[in-house]
Amino acid sequence: MIAKLLKNREILLVVAVVVLLALIALRFPAFVAPFNLARVYNDTSILIILALGQMAVILTRCIDLSMAANLALCGMVAAMLNAAFPGLPIPLIILAAMALGGLLGMINGTLVWKLDIPPIVVTLGTLTIFRGLIFLLTDGKWINAHEMSEAFKALPRLDLAGVPVLSWLSLLMVCVMFLVMSRTPLGRAFYAVGGNPHAAIYTGIDVGRTRFFAYCLSGTLAGLSGYLWVSRYAVAYVDIAAGFELDIIAACVIGGISIAGGIGSVAGAVLGALFLGVIKNALPVINISPFAQMAISGTVIIIAVAVNARAERRKGRVILRKAEAV
Amino acid sequence: MLQEKTPSRAKPAITLEGISKSFPGVRALSDVSLALYPGSVTALIGENGAGKSTLVKILTGIYQPDSGVIRVADSDTTFPTALAAARAGVTAIHQETVLFDELSVAENIFLGHAPRNRFGLIDWKKLNADAEALLHRAGADFDPTIRLRDLGIAKKHLVAIARALSVDAQVVIMDEPTAALSHKEIHELYALIERLKADGKAILFISHKFDEIFRIADRYTVFRDGTMVGEGLIAEVSQDDLVRMMVGRAVDSVYPKKEVRIGEPVLTVSGYRHPTEFEDINFELRRGEILGFYGLVGAGRSEFMQSLIGITHPSAGAVKLDGEVLVIRSPAEAIRAGIVYVPEERGRQGAIIGMPIFQNVTLPSLSHTSRSGFLKLADEFALAREYTSRLDLRAASLDQDVGTLSGGNQQKVVIAKWLATKPKVIILDEPTKGIDIGSKAAVHAFMSELAAQGLSVIMVSSEIPEIMGMSDRVIVMREGRIAGRFERSELTAERLVRAAAGIETQLNGRAA
Repeated sequence: MIAKLLKNREILLVVAVVVLLALIALRFPAFVAPFNLARVYNDTSILIILALGQMAVILTRCIDLSMAANLALCGMVAAMLNAAFPGLPIPLIILAAMALGGLLGMINGTLVWKLDIPPIVVTLGTLTIFRGLIFLLTDGKWINAHEMSEAFKALPRLDLAGVPVLSWLSLLMVCVMFLVMSRTPLGRAFYAVGGNPHAAIYTGIDVGRTRFFAYCLSGTLAGLSGYLWVSRYAVAYVDIAAGFELDIIAACVIGGISIAGGIGSVAGAVLGALFLGVIKNALPVINISPFAQMAISGTVIIIAVAVNARAERRKGRVILRKAEAV
Repeated sequence: MLQEKTPSRAKPAITLEGISKSFPGVRALSDVSLALYPGSVTALIGENGAGKSTLVKILTGIYQPDSGVIRVADSDTTFPTALAAARAGVTAIHQETVLFDELSVAENIFLGHAPRNRFGLIDWKKLNADAEALLHRAGADFDPTIRLRDLGIAKKHLVAIARALSVDAQVVIMDEPTAALSHKEIHELYALIERLKADGKAILFISHKFDEIFRIADRYTVFRDGTMVGEGLIAEVSQDDLVRMMVGRAVDSVYPKKEVRIGEPVLTVSGYRHPTEFEDINFELRRGEILGFYGLVGAGRSEFMQSLIGITHPSAGAVKLDGEVLVIRSPAEAIRAGIVYVPEERGRQGAIIGMPIFQNVTLPSLSHTSRSGFLKLADEFALAREYTSRLDLRAASLDQDVGTLSGGNQQKVVIAKWLATKPKVIILDEPTKGIDIGSKAAVHAFMSELAAQGLSVIMVSSEIPEIMGMSDRVIVMREGRIAGRFERSELTAERLVRAAAGIETQLNGRAA
């Protein structure tokens, strides 16, 4: 029974997160106080939202390296809108950021779908373009806290039933993505396209179109994250979230989402992001330098991939043994 | 049936004696013997599945025989690896050459045994000069420094030959070398084979085309069902003799073919053509009918079927389903219209490993199992349960990963998937290839059952017994065209083989 549970990737991850928390609690018990754990979750919210988008893309055997740049561009546009029209309602700004993010995702998706360019090349290109666009928009100038309206900055922190809106939003996105992945034909198509693209074609699934929608999804979520990031940190400039695309992919990989496509779950993406979030928040507390943090994150990623690869190989052997028995 | 062996001028370059090879559930070769003589071309003839490729793989060290002897230059030997076979002077040239597109011609020729200079580095000057000399011997006149990808297939064959010459190969196996060649290139290949003969090489020539066998071969060996059924000199045999040896058995009547009243036309295809793959495809498929599509591998049958369901697009042609003109631009549209295709390579194109059984079954039917955009899991399970139980699927739970099932049961999941779309026409491409005999019988019985229920079936198959046992009518394709149409009453193995191989017919088989 326990052995069977341990084979379940998500449960394995829960165990890993709990063990990690227990280890930290040995040296710093206050870290695992409910209040602090809620704070860690809140701090990881943006990463969770982004990992959900990246998950959809990776499931279809693609990758989106442009998510962080997309976030930065949408965040900048949201901040500029707010600075130029302080009276604009915040929900409208959020919708605009999501629409812009979705549009940028559509560009990625179209290039992958219609021009058949490898996803890594497409998103590497758009990553650079998106960052360049921010520079063109602003001439490299920052938008600082005093240029943003109070409402703009306050929303993520707003307290609803004791939990900040930022956390609520990420929980909402987790629910939405859970529904999409498990209860819609599109979610099913993500798995089919990544699991066996050739077979998917014969079942009437348009592989290119499915990938296009995955990019639209990741773009839209990046757009939402753009507003959240800029309002939370109350600053917008060219380089915000620089390098964050790697954290997003790391969260997915740790969460057991196979880079080869077709395998992964919403729970995995969330747990992968939380695992990274716990490490990020805990290491400074127990006095480990940021450089060691990076090394530790990297080590965790490689261990996660190795564990997942082993799990998949074991599955392959089972097929062979059964095939021989016929 | 055995022809008298003529005394050979020389000792065989390589001899196989009593070779047997089994795979789980299949006896691929049984007590087969073969001798290849220097300066002589031996044609190896047989239907698909007769054991030709297994023999080639044993000769080139890819498979190990279960029993039997390989003799080179009077001493017994084994080829434990492909390298060992190459060292013993055996080399194979395949239909699609296995060379490296991004390397130069000279690098391809000397890959693995390039001449070195005194520092242990590759001696490029000598490499290119030697390559040029070898190419010249092979009758080629192109520059050895150009990249292989810039050459056509015929010239790639020449590079493969030059590579064989570079390792001083004594035995050259050519596995359907002309399958992808143009007319002119084929004649260049003949000239090359003549040169190799003059050079004293022993050549094993595998081909389905009787005209080239009679044009180029000195000797023949015929395989059937993994045994050798005839050998001798080409000069002493007729095409009719060879065809008889190839098929030479009465078709066993174990096929569970049901008598079904054939109804009105369901599918009418007219004037279907594709710029490179097929042309002039016209036929009618009736209700309750099983229409067999026979042909050699690469005759364009699968290509046509894929075009019919919208994966590729024909340049001209019309399809009518139940009397209404139909334009199919994608597989989704074909499924909606009621035409489904169960592809040949089930591993690659069939089941989605990693997905549960029920999700595999409902994948093409999701529009029926969802309400206002959301999937109804209960409906999905009901649909999957209905069709997997009809096929007698053995699985602990429908929630189980399809990858944990045996091959035969995976096949049932794939078929259930298609039946769940409630099609009018089902196209089965090599439905029993690579599955065990028990599962084969189940698939055949099921196919009969489908036809009896009024479904129209197109069965693409390269196995003559299956075609003859299951079809109401047979269309034979050859080189992208329809080469013959036969009613069930007219079917003989000879007629099918003749039509597929393009032998002029004196019999009254209606070649189109």
